[in-house]
Amino acid sequence: MSRLLVPCHVKSTVALQVGDMRTSQGRPGVLVVDVTFPNVAPFELQEITFKNYYTAFLSIRVRQLTPGATPGKWVTCLRNRCLMPDPHSEEGAQEYVSLFKHQMLCDMTRVLELRLILRQPSPLWLSFTVEELQIYQQGPKSPSLFPKWLSHPVCNEQPAPCAEQGLPDPSRVSSEVQQMWALTEMIRASHTSTRIGRFDVDGCYDLNLLSYT
Amino acid sequence: MLQEESDLSLIIAQIVQKLKGSNLYSQLERQAWTCLQRPEIRLESLKEDIKEFFKISGWEKKLQNAVYSELNVYPLPSHPSAPPEHLKEPLVYMRKAQGSWEKRILKSLNSMCTELSIPLARKRPVGEQKELLNKWNEMGTDEPDLSLFRPVYAPKDFLEVLINLRNPNYENGDSLSFRTNLGLIQVPLKVKDIPELKECFIELGLSTGQLGIDDSTQVPPELFENEHVRIGQKVLAQQDSAAAQQYIRQGSPTALRAELWALILNISSQPEDILYYEQLKTNVIQHDLLVDSLIYKDVKLTASNDDYYFVFEDYLYQVLLCFSRDTSVLGHFAYNSASPPKSYIRGKLGLEEYAVFYPPNGVIPFHGFSMYVAPLCFLYHEPYKLYQIFREMYVRFFFRLHSISSHPSGIVSLCLLFETLLQTYLPQLFYHLREIGAQPLRISFKWMVRAFSGYLATDQLLLLWDRILGYNSLEILAVLAAAVFAFRAVNLMEVTSLAAAEAVLADLSTLKVMPLLQIFLFATVT
Repeated sequence: MSRLLVPCHVKSTVALQVGDMRTSQGRPGVLVVDVTFPNVAPFELQEITFKNYYTAFLSIRVRQLTPGATPGKWVTCLRNRCLMPDPHSEEGAQEYVSLFKHQMLCDMTRVLELRLILRQPSPLWLSFTVEELQIYQQGPKSPSLFPKWLSHPVCNEQPAPCAEQGLPDPSRVSSEVQQMWALTEMIRASHTSTRIGRFDVDGCYDLNLLSYT
Repeated sequence: MLQEESDLSLIIAQIVQKLKGSNLYSQLERQAWTCLQRPEIRLESLKEDIKEFFKISGWEKKLQNAVYSELNVYPLPSHPSAPPEHLKEPLVYMRKAQGSWEKRILKSLNSMCTELSIPLARKRPVGEQKELLNKWNEMGTDEPDLSLFRPVYAPKDFLEVLINLRNPNYENGDSLSFRTNLGLIQVPLKVKDIPELKECFIELGLSTGQLGIDDSTQVPPELFENEHVRIGQKVLAQQDSAAAQQYIRQGSPTALRAELWALILNISSQPEDILYYEQLKTNVIQHDLLVDSLIYKDVKLTASNDDYYFVFEDYLYQVLLCFSRDTSVLGHFAYNSASPPKSYIRGKLGLEEYAVFYPPNGVIPFHGFSMYVAPLCFLYHEPYKLYQIFREMYVRFFFRLHSISSHPSGIVSLCLLFETLLQTYLPQLFYHLREIGAQPLRISFKWMVRAFSGYLATDQLLLLWDRILGYNSLEILAVLAAAVFAFRAVNLMEVTSLAAAEAVLADLSTLKVMPLLQIFLFATVT
């Protein structure tokens, strides 16, 4: 299934904190990121990918276009998705994550805006966020592997009465030929990735000093 | 679920791609072609009949072993947006730390090269090549002048780097708070605690028979040992890697160990492998590398001085010199956080067509490196077999002991696991040692980096390495290190300096590994 990148505008994160932000000592544990799609019509969301940076839990809310052509209310489509199994340790802290349409709680047609709510309850980390956020909608269907005439043979002609003469059934033969064709295509399309094994260049291994890059 | 299906097909595609280049693939193809003449293969059900034939003739088992081996060694395919560095090491600050450590090593090697005016690599003149070929089986008798060479680094230098490892996003306050680790390692990696270790190492439990405990002279062999040997022979007859890996968790009988390890590592010595080793030998004879002198020095300093291993000195040269020329080892850098050092042919600096790796396998040996090979010499006597086993053990396990990574079997996690176990279950001992300036990791680090080779008696070491293979993890090294401290806790509580603590723990050759592990994991009151 191919996908198409949707250009989006990620607003700067807003920290949610109780009390006066200037005097309180702790760091915020909840951040909100708004994602808008200027100049894009309401679309069906297929996939969200991002790189995590020390966010422990993620919730996503979506605002969709209602049938009355008015923007609807905010609906939670992902609730408290755990990105770091242990918020105090590094596991999952810098992983790449993909979230798909079928993992969401509501259907994702006619999306207008998204709101990502990031939570990190552990006081050990100095900051947390998500990076490289990308939103995808469904792209055009990829072309099929077989040429059309092979998968749907035209049966205009009358089937010859060959069954009485002991010859194999033509439709069975054609399906076997189709299978063989697919197998040979697969073998031809693949290539090995083995190394050749030479470490020198044309027999010469006279080196400079080691490079630092 | 859609996601799991597509993950599974991605894994399958990756394994198929890897196996396509292997010997097994061409053998299977040849077998499939030759079996077409058999009467039971019909055109209508070609695929099924060939599959049936493979099942009966044992080729399916070989394929199963190869797939199992791939699953054990290579990490699962990562997210499509993840760059290749992410597969090597997901945490950016660890990648940076590994990069700067490597730069230091390269600087050290370059300065040795310029100070001693010895080229990094040199083609041997024909006379020298002939001489080396004649002396191939007795290179230990050679006494070259190695006094000017020094090892590129020793484990204690590496420990200093690990101690200074910091996550820039972590609250590393200067003042001690609940956030500071009391040990030396200050990165917050996830390590297992004893209940999780008990679950993980369940076959080491008190109610399961073990070799190393239940084969001692006081225990009649009918109770456990005879049956265990019988099952081992059955596993070998079946030639099933996964079954062998499960079996070896309870230890391997000495007579079956060599074959079992080869089965688990999926090593079968085909004629192509022998030829490959001979080709590496030719490479050694043709080119002389600076790294060779480092290997000579290391063997002379470590293995030759060891009571158990000095007899294998010649084997060690034959394996390690060939190892340095083996470009197939470069493949493991896909999942190793380290990268192979690069260089250019003289006069062609910067031209990519003349870029080469140095040494050809990308691994620069450090002080004690030859101890990874030495214990294997007890099991394998043909150099090519010994070589294959060592190479596979290196690209599966040993590389993790000297590169900076967040992997659960990486040395950083092992150090943190050791310190956490000691702190949690022996808090008085930990506090006492810390107070006298004898941080426990300073003593146990060298044991773990060498996987206890050269510190334990050989039979005990091989029992320990059985479990490393069986569980496909190095965590048992950290558990054993903590268990050793627990065993000598009474003496350690009385020492008053780091030197005295080192003296208490200097000699581990009398220790029995399996009882220590069992007591620490399953019989200590927590």
